[in-house]
Amino acid sequence: MATPTSLAPVLSSHWDAERSWTLATYEANGGYAGLRKALTQDPADVVAAVKDSGLRGRGGAGFPTGLKWSFLPAPDGGPRYLVVNADESEPGTCKDIPLMMATPQVLIEGSIITSYAIGCHHAFIYVRGEVLHVYRRLLRAVEEAYAAGYLGKDIMGSGYDLDITVHAGAGAYICGEETALLDSLEGRRGQPRLKPPFPAVAGLYARPTVVNNVESIASVPAIVTGGSDWFRSMGTEKSAGFGLFSLSGHVARPGQYEAPLGITLRELLDMAGGIRAGHELKFWTPGGSSTPLFTAEHLDTPLDYESVAAAGSMLGTRALQIFDDTTCAVRAITRWLEFYAHESCGKCTPCREGTYWLKLVLRRIEAGQGTMDDLDVLLDTCDNILGRAFCALGDGATSPVTSGIQYFRAEFEEHITAGACPFDPAASALFPTPPRDAGRLAGQMAGTVQA
Amino acid sequence: MTTTHSYDEARTERLRADALAIIARYPEPRSALLPMLHLVQSQDGFVSPAGIAFCADLLNLSTAEVSAVVTFYTQYKRHPNGEYTVGVCTNTLCAVMGGDAIWEDLSDHLGVGHDETTPDGKVTLERIECNAACDYAPVMMVNWEFFDNQTPDSARDVVDRLRAGDEVAPTRGAASVCSFKQMSRVLAGFTDGRADEGVGAGEPTLRGTVLARERGWTAPRFPAAPDAESGSGAAGSAVPERAGEPATGEPQSSAQRPATGQRDKDADTQTSTSKES
Repeated sequence: MATPTSLAPVLSSHWDAERSWTLATYEANGGYAGLRKALTQDPADVVAAVKDSGLRGRGGAGFPTGLKWSFLPAPDGGPRYLVVNADESEPGTCKDIPLMMATPQVLIEGSIITSYAIGCHHAFIYVRGEVLHVYRRLLRAVEEAYAAGYLGKDIMGSGYDLDITVHAGAGAYICGEETALLDSLEGRRGQPRLKPPFPAVAGLYARPTVVNNVESIASVPAIVTGGSDWFRSMGTEKSAGFGLFSLSGHVARPGQYEAPLGITLRELLDMAGGIRAGHELKFWTPGGSSTPLFTAEHLDTPLDYESVAAAGSMLGTRALQIFDDTTCAVRAITRWLEFYAHESCGKCTPCREGTYWLKLVLRRIEAGQGTMDDLDVLLDTCDNILGRAFCALGDGATSPVTSGIQYFRAEFEEHITAGACPFDPAASALFPTPPRDAGRLAGQMAGTVQA
Repeated sequence: MTTTHSYDEARTERLRADALAIIARYPEPRSALLPMLHLVQSQDGFVSPAGIAFCADLLNLSTAEVSAVVTFYTQYKRHPNGEYTVGVCTNTLCAVMGGDAIWEDLSDHLGVGHDETTPDGKVTLERIECNAACDYAPVMMVNWEFFDNQTPDSARDVVDRLRAGDEVAPTRGAASVCSFKQMSRVLAGFTDGRADEGVGAGEPTLRGTVLARERGWTAPRFPAAPDAESGSGAAGSAVPERAGEPATGEPQSSAQRPATGQRDKDADTQTSTSKES
């Protein structure tokens, strides 16, 4: 066995500092050293440093960040934009919101460095509208950065100008998709655009645009300060650096654990006090609900892009939602599909119709009224969404269904043959709840159903 | 136009000044539409026909174009909202951890269903989707402030106090919950000066940070810069200088262990077979 991996707090190292969100606290802990260094460098060298670091997009897709920046066409004298994707909404994903709540300045510094590197003079932070205090903190952080001369004209005497606008969304999961986000930022319904052209060529207002996730941009100051070799000293060869691992669900101590990529769930669970007392791990998502489910057999899968993909899922956003043996897999998957059906933007038929029918069929099975043929209908429907939808929302919606049937087919069948859900939903709650719906509790508690 | 479909002159003037300030933030005026709709909600408590006409007029759009945008986003309300939007997360993780029970109990207690408002106009109840606080499940939001780790009893207590007119503090957020209209004004980009209220993080957010410190785990230190100025721990956002922490390369330092990349080379892992195209 390799040496156990320990945590490596970089972004989270000062989250517990007094008034951590202020510029004063951020500067007292070394903040803005990265910007100082970057402004002495040629912008192309900053791009090269991030490219060399191996940083891959932390918003789920894992596309190399520096490479994305380098796709911008040569300057033509017109505007170029940076848009920070702060629309964190993927079920299970809960890292960017606490980061912006605790240390918004690291995102501002990263945005300034990135804008400088790509030749942008007006950057946008698109934050979901459902996090009021985070939006307050971002507005205040920008205000403080202007007052300190980190934003505005002639930043720190460099001759470089930058404005940042923090923009609040209005409730739509699809706006986390980068081209839907751009349409939304342009004041339209947030529906994805056909690619190509990619945003690097024709993004915001059809101008060259970089869209990056909060955590990606927040990682930039440390990469500039520490250098690409420093960043590469963590993680794996193809999955370099550190990342926030968000543990939620039936674990003793859920929370944010920042570690080198390649750590395992077994190691993380050890830090988080294990599965809640008296229970066993049943299934988990490695990177949010759009990534195929894992089970206890994946406890030692290194959580890096390649290893998770090789095991049949995706690293996604490292949103580890953990469910113990009291959880009905059919209930969990049905609820996720209700979410996807609700959030499908309606632009393309496979996703709009497919998620709708998946939801209905799953509801029927969960209620004990399904047929064995329904399982084939589910898989067939997934087959007609995956790879045929306009954007990744549709693809993601199939993940819990296909992986759920793969690992828990017997449990689906049990709902059908027993004519009811064999689980007591009260058993999975964190507090005692009186039984409310006797019909649902027809079967006795079944414990872990074998896959 | 009838009075219900347009603002009077004084109101239009006041809103116009705010709307122009919003428009000035963007290279192209239409980008102002979402914040302008939040502004309309701060005025009317929902997206009113008059508000739609106001936005259309100022941005040179048809009212149909504005309505098309309004109906796409769940935060825009099509009928007058209560003073407080109370949202219970019933996405999978929160639902399983108890969100379903909280929802049922609160719906019973208030006598209203999804997107319905109590007769006193105080509370509009909603089932909401994942709000990025899963490590605090089950989660409830009041006017989009975090109420973490809820139970049916705690949720009931919150809505009872809201309806009684008490000041109610979120778990992570401002010192007290503001009204739907006040919230909407902030979302339109007009600060209310409350950013410094409340905590920086809750306990789950800090678990990794605290555990690492207890165990002496740190990220590798930044390499010393050639100039002495940036070499003394005032280095970027990384590695705090704290007493008792091991230096790079010393026992307990994470830099001492091999990079996890070494595992790629272990015979029992499969990292070389990437499925990515």
